[in-house]
Amino acid sequence: MDWGLITNVLSAAVIAGTPLLLVALGALVCERSGVLNLGLEGMMLMGAMAGFAAATVTGSLLGGVLMAMIAGIVMSMLFAFMAITLAANQYAAGLSLTIFGTGLSAFLGSGYVGSTVAGFERVAIPLLGDLPVLGRVLFQQDILVYLSFALAVGVYVLLNHSRAGLIIRAVGESPESANANGLKVLAVRYLAVGFGGAMAGLGGAYLSLAYTPMWSENMTAGRGWIALALVVFATWRPERLVLGAYLFGLASILHLVLQGFGWRISTELLAMLPYVVTILVLVLLSVNPMRTRLNTPLSLGQPYRPSR
Amino acid sequence: MSLKHSLLFAAALAMPLHVMADDPLKVGFVYVGPIGDYGWSYMHDQGRLAAEAEFGSAIETTYVENVAEGADAERTIRMLAQTGHDLIFTTSFGFMNPTARVAAEFPDKTFLHATGYQHADNLGTYLSVTYEGRYVTGVAAAMVAESGVIGYIGSYPIPEVIRDINAVYMGARSVNPDIEIRVVWVNTWYDPAREADAANTLMDQGADVIVQHTDSPAPMTAAERRGKWGVGQASDMSRFGPQAHLLSVVNDWAPYYIRTIGEVMEGTWESQDYWGGIADDIIQIASISERLTSEQHSHLEGIIESIRTGEFHPFSGPLSDQTGTLRVPEGTTMTNGELAGMDWYVEGITATYPQ
Repeated sequence: MDWGLITNVLSAAVIAGTPLLLVALGALVCERSGVLNLGLEGMMLMGAMAGFAAATVTGSLLGGVLMAMIAGIVMSMLFAFMAITLAANQYAAGLSLTIFGTGLSAFLGSGYVGSTVAGFERVAIPLLGDLPVLGRVLFQQDILVYLSFALAVGVYVLLNHSRAGLIIRAVGESPESANANGLKVLAVRYLAVGFGGAMAGLGGAYLSLAYTPMWSENMTAGRGWIALALVVFATWRPERLVLGAYLFGLASILHLVLQGFGWRISTELLAMLPYVVTILVLVLLSVNPMRTRLNTPLSLGQPYRPSR
Repeated sequence: MSLKHSLLFAAALAMPLHVMADDPLKVGFVYVGPIGDYGWSYMHDQGRLAAEAEFGSAIETTYVENVAEGADAERTIRMLAQTGHDLIFTTSFGFMNPTARVAAEFPDKTFLHATGYQHADNLGTYLSVTYEGRYVTGVAAAMVAESGVIGYIGSYPIPEVIRDINAVYMGARSVNPDIEIRVVWVNTWYDPAREADAANTLMDQGADVIVQHTDSPAPMTAAERRGKWGVGQASDMSRFGPQAHLLSVVNDWAPYYIRTIGEVMEGTWESQDYWGGIADDIIQIASISERLTSEQHSHLEGIIESIRTGEFHPFSGPLSDQTGTLRVPEGTTMTNGELAGMDWYVEGITATYPQ
């Protein structure tokens, strides 16, 4: 392998990891507030469809991104109404959101199948983009990748170094105590779910406007579920989530690149690589069960009914 | 199965049984991908619509899309059989065993499985001879591949795909004896992002032309973005790569579906292994790039014609495998049975045969 190929592989790995990272960051915040939303795939598909449709109609990629986030938020509010206001079973509500989003995006998007948009282009950041290897890998990407860097840092700071993060975590640990302390549990959870929806929509838009600029039914092909699993394996810590997403991206590119070198490994085994590597690394990182338990939101998945 | 079609399907189940003198023939279709894939499943659905237009109220069709290969498929096929569908088309290789099992349970219904090799009195198979189109693809690809490298996105290492890789290579070799074909397996029929990754990986490794054996237009889009060439699969994909599009190998199932449904209605259908290609218009070469010279166009047309008339068969001997062992002696042509089980690369392909 020469340097040119290595940088190409790493650069592709960042792109492959970006939609997962975006969706998973939103899911992480949402889950830290105690709400498990299994509707990621559905919200992501709606984001991909709405973003592509808006970009096609208005000709503005940023307009598309905005629309994708709005679509994600609208979808997440449907879920929030069921799971938070009506205190319905979060698993059932989330699953139905995925099924609903898959069908609705296919239905509403059918007129846009076969349309094309230019898609986000790579923009090199001055100076940083000239760094050897790293410059090409991290700083010669499209602006949504840069946005994802900023959002990863933002979520880390939000959760670990801000009052808002403390509130979100308090609500996720024990909604009863949080309520007793005067925190508006339901409002906090609505906001967290909405953030998750916006990020899922953004992740979907990354697919339909940057990764493969097109819309086709079910184009996320299960990435919402992978993002969901990444959050668990990252033990609800943003820094590990970043690692996990890029690791998954890298392994999924390597699985394609290695074949070109004539490795005599069955392609089925190679296809497992991303899953095996990511799970292995993240599990090894969280062997300390005490630390893991500290990060797991205690009330995750449990509906909260405020007592009067 | 997407929600909208689960609903349609539920509605179909809930409908009262028609008690009419002339009940329409109920025909079911099972697709592996979404009908909006603009590839394999889309073209099957176009064939279904053509049959509906042809027979009008004499038939009633139902389709189920996004059916996973495996247990889900068996459940779906059985459900169609139980709900009065007398003729069921299952359109992916992985539906073979599920179709065979359900066919054994419903001996009075007719089942047709695309691209497989299991048969019974009520179970036939049908196939588009894509290797004819792939051979033409190879010829055209070698004309434009300045790097001398063609990239091939493989779905699964099954005989159909192996056969097509061989056909592309042999076509390309007829133009450029030094041509190299690189293969990347993605283990999916449909995942736009992964297909684009594979296309990019191949272009990183020097491929100037991307041939895809997967169903989404993403590889074509990727080739367009990097100023390389792409070859459309199943449907005419020229709109996804105005510059990049070299040609598309189109599957037109309409003639086959119309004929078969007619035979079943008249009771003349018999189980067979149908192979339709360029001569039957099941395979069509669409939208050959205007960027090729008129000599190149006429060379391609000549090859298409010689395949149509049967004068030329891509798998005529002598053919050797990668180890140099003679597999098909001079003067003979591989039989459909041999082609259906093809599990070796022809001599000259440097890619490793998938384990």
